[in-house]
Amino acid sequence: MITLETLCVQVRGLRAEDVQRWIAHELIRAEAQDGGYAFNDIDVARVRLIVELRDEMQVNEEALPVVLSLLDQIYEMRRQMRRVRAALDETVPGDLRAEFVRRLRAMES
Amino acid sequence: MADDPYATLGVARDASAGEIRRAYRKLAKQHHPDLNPGNKAAEDRFKAISAAHELLSDPDKRGRFDRGEIDASGQERAPPGGYRSYADTSEGERYGGGWQREDFQHEDWHPEDLEDLFGMFSGRAQGAQGARQSNAPRRGRDALYGLTVEFLDALNGAAKRLTLPDGRTLDVKVPPGMQDGQTMRLRGQGGPGRNGGSAGDALIEIHVAPHRFFRREGQDIRLELPVTVKEAVLGGPVLVPTPGGKLRATIPAGTDTGKELRLRGRGVPAHGGQPAGDLYVTLRVVVGPVDDAFRDFLRGWQPPEGADPRRDMEESA
Repeated sequence: MITLETLCVQVRGLRAEDVQRWIAHELIRAEAQDGGYAFNDIDVARVRLIVELRDEMQVNEEALPVVLSLLDQIYEMRRQMRRVRAALDETVPGDLRAEFVRRLRAMES
Repeated sequence: MADDPYATLGVARDASAGEIRRAYRKLAKQHHPDLNPGNKAAEDRFKAISAAHELLSDPDKRGRFDRGEIDASGQERAPPGGYRSYADTSEGERYGGGWQREDFQHEDWHPEDLEDLFGMFSGRAQGAQGARQSNAPRRGRDALYGLTVEFLDALNGAAKRLTLPDGRTLDVKVPPGMQDGQTMRLRGQGGPGRNGGSAGDALIEIHVAPHRFFRREGQDIRLELPVTVKEAVLGGPVLVPTPGGKLRATIPAGTDTGKELRLRGRGVPAHGGQPAGDLYVTLRVVVGPVDDAFRDFLRGWQPPEGADPRRDMEESA
């Protein structure tokens, strides 16, 4: 967990008011700690991504929520897929799994 | 990365700093690994693009590379772990599915999600494997349909038949007094329930088509009624269209354009405990076809003193 000050030092081109605005717009979640914000590793990575989107890919502030919401949905789906795979691994016998994969491949082609 | 960084970015060897930056941005948008999770090719390509950009965006390094003092491979740096390395794990739940919406209560794993996924794989909404995952009774989904009804049908009520996308038909009894945008709920007419669960409902959003001359205001109806000069001056009986059919009404003598008549109880019919509304008729004097007799009469006629309809305009001008 790091503070807002540390975060701004770690991420080049980041200003405290940017982060505060993103928190207000619910693009970043931060936890309250000792009267300030505290950021997890994933929050820091997300801040880095937003800065890259803004500064390098020139996604403007208005478009940020759309881009992040779509990304959140993609990652949510990927996590769900992972759980499906884990559930299949645990419950379905190997030969059926192979058949399952074969069917999926057949549908792709 | 031993490739030519100029080729990697697709720029000429004498490209300006601006051209290099633009080329990098364009490629980064396309290949950023956080935007292409799980795509190894995009990740590798992005590494090369970043390395090439890092080298060429630094005038000092670019000069040394051009002079052959360094080669491109020494410049590669490991890309940061990136957002994807967190978002792809359970830590990513922190920003998971729609957390930005206030009404969203995060539920962890739910069998429905699995069924949706299998539906996606197999092109069927209710895959056999999915259904097997949960034996709990599940209520069917609500289905939403739109139905456009004529103005008078919405007022007086009507029986309509709705043909659904799947070919089924649904008989809808539109009750009197429906407003545009109101939704009717037909219990049990939505998606089928599973494992003994009840069927969902059909929600039917009513769209009311505008009428040629009636306009609805809450429980009242407004109507503009054209009258002749003679009817306006002398008064007399006229037939007024109302939502319940034509009605004989008497125009008082000496009326003018803009005069409003109220026909009590002739608006929206009483429904659901609400009393019937009124019909407001606004008169509009229409000159219409004119014959010689009328013209001759007007030529020989002097309006009474103070009859200028534009008097008010002159005062304020």
